[in-house]
Amino acid sequence: MSTQKPILQMKQIHKRFPGVKALSNVNLRLFPGEVHALMGENGAGKSTLIKVLTGVYSIDEGSVEMEEAPISVQSPLESQAAGISTVYQEVNLCPNLTVAENIFIGREPRKFGRILWKEMNKRAQEILSERLNLQIDVTEPLYMYSVAVQQLVAIARALNISAKVLILDEPTSSLDKNEVQQLFRIMEKLKQDGLAILFVTHFLDQMYEISDRVTILRNGEFVGEYMAKDLPRLDLVLKMIGKELNLLEELPSLAEEYKDSLGEELVKADGLGRKGAIEPFDLSIHKGEVVGLAGLLGSGRTEAARLFFGADKPDSGKLIFSGRSEGVHTPREAIGRRIAFCSENRKTEGIIGDLTVRENIILALQAKQGVFRTISRKQQEEYADEYIRMLNINPPSPDHLIKNLSGGNQQKVLLARWLLTSPQLFILDEPTRGIDIGAKAEIQKLVLSLSRQGMSFLFISSELEEVLRVSGRIAILRDRHKVKEISGKDMSQHQIMQAIAGG
Amino acid sequence: MGKLYKHHLFWPLCILAALLLFNLFYSPDFFSITMHDGHLYGSLIDILNFGAPLILVAIGMTLVVATKGIDLSVGSIVAISGALACLTISKGTDQNALGLIVISILLAVGLSVLLGAWNGLLVSVAGIQPIIATLILMVAGRGIAQLVTGGQIITVSSSKYSYIGSGALATLPFSIFVVVLMLIVALLLTRKTSLGLFIESVGCNPTASLMAGIRANWVILSVYVFCGVCAGIAGLILSSNVSSADGNNAGLWYELDAILAVVIGGTSLNGGRFYLTGTVIGALIIQTLTTTIYMIGVPPEITLVVKSFVVLAVCLIQSDSFRAAIFYRWKTRHYPGEKESIRHVS
Ligand SMILES: Nc1ncnc2c1ncn2[C@@H]1O[C@H](COP(=O)(O)OP(=O)(O)OP(=O)(O)O)[C@@H](O)[C@H]1O
Ligand SMILES: [Mg+2]
Repeated sequence: MSTQKPILQMKQIHKRFPGVKALSNVNLRLFPGEVHALMGENGAGKSTLIKVLTGVYSIDEGSVEMEEAPISVQSPLESQAAGISTVYQEVNLCPNLTVAENIFIGREPRKFGRILWKEMNKRAQEILSERLNLQIDVTEPLYMYSVAVQQLVAIARALNISAKVLILDEPTSSLDKNEVQQLFRIMEKLKQDGLAILFVTHFLDQMYEISDRVTILRNGEFVGEYMAKDLPRLDLVLKMIGKELNLLEELPSLAEEYKDSLGEELVKADGLGRKGAIEPFDLSIHKGEVVGLAGLLGSGRTEAARLFFGADKPDSGKLIFSGRSEGVHTPREAIGRRIAFCSENRKTEGIIGDLTVRENIILALQAKQGVFRTISRKQQEEYADEYIRMLNINPPSPDHLIKNLSGGNQQKVLLARWLLTSPQLFILDEPTRGIDIGAKAEIQKLVLSLSRQGMSFLFISSELEEVLRVSGRIAILRDRHKVKEISGKDMSQHQIMQAIAGG
Repeated sequence: MGKLYKHHLFWPLCILAALLLFNLFYSPDFFSITMHDGHLYGSLIDILNFGAPLILVAIGMTLVVATKGIDLSVGSIVAISGALACLTISKGTDQNALGLIVISILLAVGLSVLLGAWNGLLVSVAGIQPIIATLILMVAGRGIAQLVTGGQIITVSSSKYSYIGSGALATLPFSIFVVVLMLIVALLLTRKTSLGLFIESVGCNPTASLMAGIRANWVILSVYVFCGVCAGIAGLILSSNVSSADGNNAGLWYELDAILAVVIGGTSLNGGRFYLTGTVIGALIIQTLTTTIYMIGVPPEITLVVKSFVVLAVCLIQSDSFRAAIFYRWKTRHYPGEKESIRHVS
């Protein structure tokens, strides 16, 4: 393989943003028929490297060569024409349009200006079945399909006939295990077709499973390019974060010790349900307890959590707070009861993109206090600094617009927003999505230490290991039903998998 | 220097300065200000005085636009408010009675609050698109104004009432003080309380704002009410200036000028960050432009065409991507692509 010539080569790339050096002296080589992993912590510059390659941002310094000829791409459209297909970290599809429309939006086959719908549907079906092995009805609206299928549709949209390079920025962060496998099979197939694939992930297992080559970035700097099979796990981590990491190993012991000492009941869902979202279920959460919610995507995990927060209205059952039945009808009421909810949809339900990190952090607390009890500027800055330090938010400046932060750092800002309201019950829906391994361990540790101080958690994650590590009790959902609740020594990956599968 | 250039007021101020300079070259006494019977006179004073209603309306519009809304009904509210005030006064036996003036003002402003609340409820509770919701009152409002005036132009002869729009306080037109007062109120409301933060948050991402516990409906309702009040006061100034109320023509096309002023001032129609001082400068630009066009004697048939071209130019100058496109062409002329690629190949 080493005799092969790279199809795409980026040399000594530099990119600055106001106040941030996002990339300095970064190299990247992509080879045909290879999967190349791009790894690094949150804010290391992975997405930025992809965006300068595809013309979303301009390059400050450095060169890009495609098949040994220098190219200068000025816009995503040009990069697509040059054979570079990209699925960005924040996928922008339209759930209400059909699958075929999503694939062809903006470049529908036309004749005399009229869209040829039949032709479009036919071609969409072809792309999906021939290139991606996916047999679905392309005339159905996109929201009918799982996130994994949506991810594949995004890939189909990016792929055109002349594609030589496929770039996937964190495609697996919202997929469960089986769906990841489905995606990997397709990546293997595309690899056989001779495509060069660039792949960003925070999961080490996934990297080793699928990648041939890996490039590591740290703080916007190029650390090195390695063959995946020659790079031991520990070295990989060391190179990514610049220090040894053994946080994950200490954790299980923490989880063990607090399980026996349950506090009083904080809140109880009594037959709570909503048609089409989640069948009526019972679930009680005690003070200082971490309750995990496990289940496949679409099994009703998020829907159940939203009922606790008043984000959706239940049509049966009630919530009981310390013995008294009281409804929670709006997020505002829930916040008043000291419940916090960190949504899985960071972009649509979380960040306020055009506001600064500081404003995003204080937003929920300020909303709770009302219009007139304004938090003073000085106090705001103190809060922001405190949480930026505590959660290691990078860049550590409260005055950056949150939309300019890397995905993982946006997530940390949202955690800060809710921690600042000092909730009694903190509902975390995929809190570690898109978060790097170091920070992931930090967040899990934070959950455990806060729970020992009496904060309760409802913890949702597609990663079973994670749910097992932090939860004292796990409720398992299948097809919008709560099917089982396990706790203590019964909790094992096997047990959960069985319940999820319906065994 | 780089910082100055980035400031949101940079381009609006440049454009305003350019317009004023143009006038100076065209008529050298443009900047001269004279004193008559304790009043200051001059073109600059006129711009401030005649621009006052527009500035007011634009201030209200800024907050609405910041919530990703738009209020097309401000022109109609201007007409209704002026009509109601004039009607009330004309019904009085002594048109100069202070009590009557106060009542008429309170009635007009009170009605504006109701009209603003109507818009706000349609947008927030009924969930109608702002452009449609306010279109209703824009169209119906003219009818209401006609009803109030009975299809006539109501004239009043009250020196106390005409003080609002043409009186002078400390040598300056009284209307300027009204504008400054409302600007201060708006600044205090949005910057000293958290209302400004909530407005920007709701305008930028309403779903996320709700999830963070913000009462989005209240925020939306309050900006439409505030906008209605601003339009109502503008209507008082306008009708008092000419001592009459014309249901058909008062405040005609104000909504468009106000929206332009907001955009020129740097607030995006996509909602989010808003700039009240920017809006004031934007409104001054538009008023100066109108004055200029009259002054240099553009034939009336084409004044609107001239105005729209200048506005187009202003918007292009302000557009980052337009400037970048121009700049890019200019830059590539200096660093041709070949040179760069040769350097990398060698
Ligand atoms: N448009 C922008 N303006 C200013 N700074 C930016 C912008 N985009 C990215 N940055 C900064 O560049 C750095 C690299 O960000 P990038 O999104 O490339 O990180 P990443 O490696 O993709 O991280 P993650 O794993 O969290 O997605 C970050 O510090 C970020 O704040
Ligand atoms: Mg990224």
